[in-house]
Amino acid sequence: MSDSGGGGQAPADLPLWAETRDAPEPDSGGGSGFRLIGKPQRKVDGLAKATGKAAYTDDISLPGMLHGKILRSPHPHARILSIDASRALALEGVHAVITGRDMPVRYGIIPWTPDEYPLCVERVRYIGDGVAAVAAVDEDTAIRALSRIRVDYQELPACLDPEEALAADGSEERPFIHEPRREGRNGNVTKRVELSFGKVDGRMAGAEVVVEGEYFFEGTTHTPIEPHCAIGRYDENGRLTVWSATQVPHYLHRELASVLGLDPATIRVVQPPVGGAFGGKSEPFDLEFCVARLAMVTGRPVKILYTREEVFYAHRGRHPFHMKYRTGADDEGRLQAVDAEVVLDGGAYASFGLVTTYYAGQLLTAPYAMPAYRFDSTRVYTNKPACGPKRGHGSVQPRFAFEVQLDKLAERLGMDPIELRRVNFMGSDTRTVNELRVTSNGFLECLDAVEKASGWRERFRRLPRGRGLGVAGSCYISGTNYPVYPNEMPQSAIQLQVDRSGRVAVLSGASEIGQGCDSMVAYITAEELGVPLEYVRVLAGDTDFTPVDLGAYSSRITFMLGNACIDAARKLRRKVQEAVAGDWECRPGEVQLAGGWAYYAPDTERRMPIAQAFNLAEARFGTLGATGWYNTPRDNHGDYRGGTIGASPAYSFTAHVAEVEVDVETGVVDVARIWVAHDCGRALNPVLVEGQMEGSVYMGFAEALMEEHIFKTASQGRAGLHNAPSLLDYRIPTSLDTPEIESLIVESIDPEGPYGAKEAGEGPLHSSIPAIANAIYDATGVRMDRLPFSPPNVWKAIRDAGGPRSLKPPRRRAAAPGESAHAGAATAGVG
Amino acid sequence: MATHQITVTVNGAAHAATVDSRLLLVHLIRDDLALTGTHIGCDTTHCGACTVLMDGVPVKSCTVLAVQADGAELGTVEGLAGADGMTPLQEGFQEEHGLQCGFCTPGMLMTGTALLESNPNPSEAEIREAISGNLCRCTGYVNIVKAVEYAAGKMGEGD
Repeated sequence: MSDSGGGGQAPADLPLWAETRDAPEPDSGGGSGFRLIGKPQRKVDGLAKATGKAAYTDDISLPGMLHGKILRSPHPHARILSIDASRALALEGVHAVITGRDMPVRYGIIPWTPDEYPLCVERVRYIGDGVAAVAAVDEDTAIRALSRIRVDYQELPACLDPEEALAADGSEERPFIHEPRREGRNGNVTKRVELSFGKVDGRMAGAEVVVEGEYFFEGTTHTPIEPHCAIGRYDENGRLTVWSATQVPHYLHRELASVLGLDPATIRVVQPPVGGAFGGKSEPFDLEFCVARLAMVTGRPVKILYTREEVFYAHRGRHPFHMKYRTGADDEGRLQAVDAEVVLDGGAYASFGLVTTYYAGQLLTAPYAMPAYRFDSTRVYTNKPACGPKRGHGSVQPRFAFEVQLDKLAERLGMDPIELRRVNFMGSDTRTVNELRVTSNGFLECLDAVEKASGWRERFRRLPRGRGLGVAGSCYISGTNYPVYPNEMPQSAIQLQVDRSGRVAVLSGASEIGQGCDSMVAYITAEELGVPLEYVRVLAGDTDFTPVDLGAYSSRITFMLGNACIDAARKLRRKVQEAVAGDWECRPGEVQLAGGWAYYAPDTERRMPIAQAFNLAEARFGTLGATGWYNTPRDNHGDYRGGTIGASPAYSFTAHVAEVEVDVETGVVDVARIWVAHDCGRALNPVLVEGQMEGSVYMGFAEALMEEHIFKTASQGRAGLHNAPSLLDYRIPTSLDTPEIESLIVESIDPEGPYGAKEAGEGPLHSSIPAIANAIYDATGVRMDRLPFSPPNVWKAIRDAGGPRSLKPPRRRAAAPGESAHAGAATAGVG
Repeated sequence: MATHQITVTVNGAAHAATVDSRLLLVHLIRDDLALTGTHIGCDTTHCGACTVLMDGVPVKSCTVLAVQADGAELGTVEGLAGADGMTPLQEGFQEEHGLQCGFCTPGMLMTGTALLESNPNPSEAEIREAISGNLCRCTGYVNIVKAVEYAAGKMGEGD
């Protein structure tokens, strides 16, 4: 923990620059020892964004810049016989046309499954697959040029359904979407994982109750408001610069080098502010390769901006999951065995699918203790846009099914579902059945918080018919112990530079996508070096200037970059303390840096402005800078094939209670309110944490009630055509749709997180969906095992159940807080 | 293609332009006037990232033709802050964390500005109604509503 706080009384005569609004008063930490951490602070990029000054990728315009467009396949599955671009090239204003033959190198975000080309070489695999790209003087000319490119296709049978894909045999009638990597295999199976822990069959047979269920999670997509955009520039020195709205500049850097056959040292990737991503910009896309290649061919900068329709086809969103669960428990509700079978509809390419297939099973094993667990998870190719990681990668779908299973279990046992979850709490400092190490765990406090805030005890199973409450819990990773490509180097790093004025520059490789990571490192730097927040400049997302961070995915940044930043700042702080101590002839530990000053701790009247302290340190040690880094514990994983996947340095925990009102005549569900409690370890800035919780709840609610990323079948007119590639038809919630959200922060103070922090960006999404499903059950007595809970689906479910029915309150109510048999309750408090 | 001579006043300054019949107002603003604070999110009038004020009324500039704006007074996000600094609404977005990625923010600000102009003390329901044509994918709207309330409160103090 920080020891930079607690410096006694504030001198009345702070220097003017230290008296700025955000300069914390010394000893204002309320006993925590922190000056900034844990308190509401502004976002460092808030001003630029509130004044329209922030320049997103499409806001950048370079002299002589051309505009590119990508020609996309009209067929879900076809062989490319020939491409004739001569008429396009003949059009005035067209500078270049490229096809797959110009970049015939396979790539993929997961090094073991490279299965796509920037532009298709021989085969197209979904409607929207890129075939050729044009660079022209303006967008209109580029669009006209696309219509002049002639592509001859030989159509192939398309497969949209995962069951059909599994039945393919490679024949002409039922061709594989990708050729099998090994002969005799089904080329449509992209990954299969079968793992078993403990004696599943024996424990299931011995269980008092066994609940079986079949679930379907419809796919959804990220829908950031900013469409993907990239600009390429190739300069006279043979250096390539790509600006991109990406959340993984480092991986983009690597893939650009590999696909274009360039020395990575000649490539620079710049990530401007990103207008939302949610996992949808976490791997390279065709436009980034195309702007690079077109810039190299034409010698002029080239920009491509996706249309909204292209964003829908680019996808990489939530996989549709078909799931079967069997859950066994004893008569006290304690889990005995869980048996799962999951089929993931992967779309046309692998994307992160290898990881998704593991996550579909691996991340279900907390926060409940389960002595035996088995999952069989299969990801298949279909002729639709590729699925990938969306907020809560691979674990949102099984969490929906499993938390509904728990609700059914509680119903069967006549137990309060919150009590059932308490009984199964795994505790902190323990291991899951699949050997994942869990340290801090504030799940019980999360349950307590939502139970109390929602009035659960008085209201569950007691609301009038049509109204109901539902609960669910979940956990998520704070980054992964093992990076996407195997290497021993740090996962995250920071470089700090100190100016003689007292200003500190933070060079961060991490990707600010709205989640606030630039702000997070500014808070830490200001906290550790005692400078006001305005004196911290964060320069981020430029591979020429910033150290490597692996990207904004798997909820890794606060944990990893935060630790890296503390590491760098403390190296600098020690030098400053030592230099000032030399001047004051005291011990370095007696020098504290805070609020724009260096203090002598035993007598805080003795002080000097921080700039002077920095100058002393520079005189003594030379130019002041420091690098800091974080690497994950690599010896920490399950001892089996795949045991590294799901291993995280820390896990976050969440509980939701949702309140719904269901119109049983129409199937319309109104989610009135959601209470969410989230164990984020420590809230470095509680307002940012709440913002992540609110955004997560919103997005979970959206998936539960409204969103369906679906495609037409042949009988609907055209197989593989996106059903609704616009924001009119793909409905995302407006301010009127979104329920009231109450966020409750729980702090378990993680032993390894930066000041105890864990993730908050993805975990709080998970349990919102099953909480709503369980609330619909409380309201109607009808189970919703299929997403989304749209009026037709809910209406049909009620009709199929023979109408709504009333439910009895559980025989066994929840014990009062403190009465339940908590195993190893964390020292968490509700903030 | 037919072209037209138009004059628009943007954030108080007059601009004359020769535009194609089919040029969208958002492209006039972004490309010809280089005011890139107005964003393009969806191409189809649904997201509201391109909202600007046309004679004081919020419009989605991706579905207004530049020629339709001939003679109009236009307001964009760049025109909000003046010599006295940010408007209370901009301040609200900063203080109440009404933004995360910030991409929808300019549109929200323009819609919110028009709301506060016509209704200086809106209820939460009125705020939610007013911004319901502007989509935000990050915040769950909680802090956007607070930002508008902050501005209303701040403007009320001056009465």
